[in-house]
Amino acid sequence: MPAKKRTAAIDWPREIHRVLRANKVRQVSYVPDAGHKRLIELCLADRGIAAVALTTEEEGIGLAAGAWLGGERSVLLMQSSGVGNCVNTMTLATHCGIPLLMLVTQRGEWGEFNPWQLPMGQSSQAALALCGARTFRLERPEDAAATVEAAARLAYDANAVAAVLIAQRMIGTKTFEDGQ
Amino acid sequence: MSLHRREVVKALLERRGALLVVAGLGSSAWDCAAAGDDPLTFPLWGAMGAACPVGLGLALAQPARRVLVVTGDGEMLMGMGSLATIGVQRPENLAVLVLDNERYGETGMQQTHTAHGVDLAAVAAACGFAEARIVTQRAQIAGVRAEVHGGRGPLFYQVKVKAERLPLVLPPRDGAWLKHRFRRALLGEDA
Repeated sequence: MPAKKRTAAIDWPREIHRVLRANKVRQVSYVPDAGHKRLIELCLADRGIAAVALTTEEEGIGLAAGAWLGGERSVLLMQSSGVGNCVNTMTLATHCGIPLLMLVTQRGEWGEFNPWQLPMGQSSQAALALCGARTFRLERPEDAAATVEAAARLAYDANAVAAVLIAQRMIGTKTFEDGQ
Repeated sequence: MSLHRREVVKALLERRGALLVVAGLGSSAWDCAAAGDDPLTFPLWGAMGAACPVGLGLALAQPARRVLVVTGDGEMLMGMGSLATIGVQRPENLAVLVLDNERYGETGMQQTHTAHGVDLAAVAAACGFAEARIVTQRAQIAGVRAEVHGGRGPLFYQVKVKAERLPLVLPPRDGAWLKHRFRRALLGEDA
């Protein structure tokens, strides 16, 4: 599978972790997704980062607001289905000008087997835009570092809400055989 | 229920020292404003359910400071999962105070789940809070105050208060301004 070979060639979760460290991100919150598995493990192993497991994605927006009030930078990891959970709480970031960086692994697009993933996966980018977020599509592993860096600057330097949508094609299509 | 919410909040926030406060939307934010507007109080005017997550992010970022979340039963019920999230992180400097009038006070005093026996303190205890209890008596407030300001957290108090309509005392409502004010007071003028 070409997509998997490309993924193996560039360790993009490590690249993203490196960018987060370089941007002095101290809190990484997440609702797990298979596509974020390695990045979550890297953050959990990083003593310089508080990795915070959430029960639902919108908690991560509150966490980011509290972190910023306290002088720290936070990033929120989620699957595209979690975008819908965030809609009202996004007010906290957009109205208050809280820097918010979200890394969203996409489902419901490239070779999706689960029809229930399609509605939110197909509308996550538009939903984020409606909420006032600036969105970036990440399609290739070699673009991971530059894209997350660009979004991080938008968030932390321009006080914006920025979301990187990581394409399902890049992550690799989920199958039950993966055991994920 | 004999406790008055404004008296409880005033007792906790007077001579507050270095305490950082996050107020959940609605009556809890008005109660904190009535106790005295303060740069180191961040009142929410929306984002219902987010008070505890904001408090957690702040407590993790400022481990040397005490952080108090003051919120209502309706707001807490909407973000009940955040008690589990706090229970995993176990920040020792975080306290959560729920002013439980068993009503949605801003929308017509409809009953919340706590009016039907839902026990938020038991939820917090089950989530791993170091201390979680229901407070019903004036005599208990001094102990709550001492723990909020110096006890080992995470702490949770479900304070049963009268369902009363009180004069509005509104904090500033511009979130960006409140954020800047809080950060400058905490982190310095360059923040």
